[in-house]
Amino acid sequence: MTTPSRLPEPYGQGSGANLADILERVLDKGVVIAGDIRINLLDIELLTVKLRLIVASVDKAKEMGIDWWESDPALSSRARRDELTRENAALRERVARLEELEPGRAPKEAP
Amino acid sequence: MTGLRYVYAVCRPFGTPLQSQLTGVGGAPPALLRHHGLVAVVSQVPAADFCEEALKAHLEDLDWLSVTARAHQGVIDALTTVTTPLPLRLATVFQDDSGVRTMIEAREDDFLRILDRLEGRVEWGVKVYLEPEPAAEPAPAGQPASGRDYLRRRRQSTHATEERWQRAEAFARSLHEGLSRYAEDSRLHAPQNSALSAEPGRNVLNAAYLVPRAHSEEFVELVDRTKDEAPGIRVELTGPWAAYSFVGEATP
Repeated sequence: MTTPSRLPEPYGQGSGANLADILERVLDKGVVIAGDIRINLLDIELLTVKLRLIVASVDKAKEMGIDWWESDPALSSRARRDELTRENAALRERVARLEELEPGRAPKEAP
Repeated sequence: MTGLRYVYAVCRPFGTPLQSQLTGVGGAPPALLRHHGLVAVVSQVPAADFCEEALKAHLEDLDWLSVTARAHQGVIDALTTVTTPLPLRLATVFQDDSGVRTMIEAREDDFLRILDRLEGRVEWGVKVYLEPEPAAEPAPAGQPASGRDYLRRRRQSTHATEERWQRAEAFARSLHEGLSRYAEDSRLHAPQNSALSAEPGRNVLNAAYLVPRAHSEEFVELVDRTKDEAPGIRVELTGPWAAYSFVGEATP
């Protein structure tokens, strides 16, 4: 499923750190000091970076053939929608079949 | 054009020289700027890339950001092998050396206090993943025989997923408790998004532990021993990192 050679390089002394591990630390942790160049990493910029990171990596991951979350209903809203649509269609079909088996029964049952 | 000063970390003076081939952000070698009883690790970066406007644009660029983050972490990593650095957040930039000196003076007491607390300690990252569900799920094939059968199958599958989650969470909780007892301090970070980390499975624990360097071997063994404990659960260890997650106030 994965192609390890193209995943982010492990960093440091035998650590299996991925890019997310590094960004998590250098962007979110560490001592905050107002330098002469004022960039507030906690501001809106960082949010956009994070959002873009996720989008960019999804595309990159797809290039690498890592897309299992696409079909996992717990992780992908599209997969969840697809599953509901499938279920819905299957149920409709069953109802239609049942009504065919006993024609006229469903309407008569109404109180 | 004059260069700006990019500051990676503040340390106490140390004797061992840095690796000679070490390069920092933008490719320039890091230098030591000594002031009072402290050392700032700095390198020159081009103003064209690090003035406010350029930096804002660069931070939105994933490729630039990952190269810069890795270069920053590379210098911190090199420092970690020779001393206990106090890592600064990415892109802490000053106009010149005197700006850096002024900053050291202003924060001197803070720096010394935190450095005392972290002296000789490193950070280990431990993540627990719930592996993706096996493809060969023993789900009954074919159409459900009845509506009741359909609902039963659905309940079973929801139930199985729920159970896997609970098992993984219980495992993560007990692992964290065990490691926290061994470590001097710990921090729980937000679970990583699998799309961002490109790691398979769902991240259920993302924690950092502060461990004396001298006890690190035992800590690593402790983590290694749990790796085959639970099926369907993966434990990952990263480090040793500089104590990034512990530069704030200690947990009371």
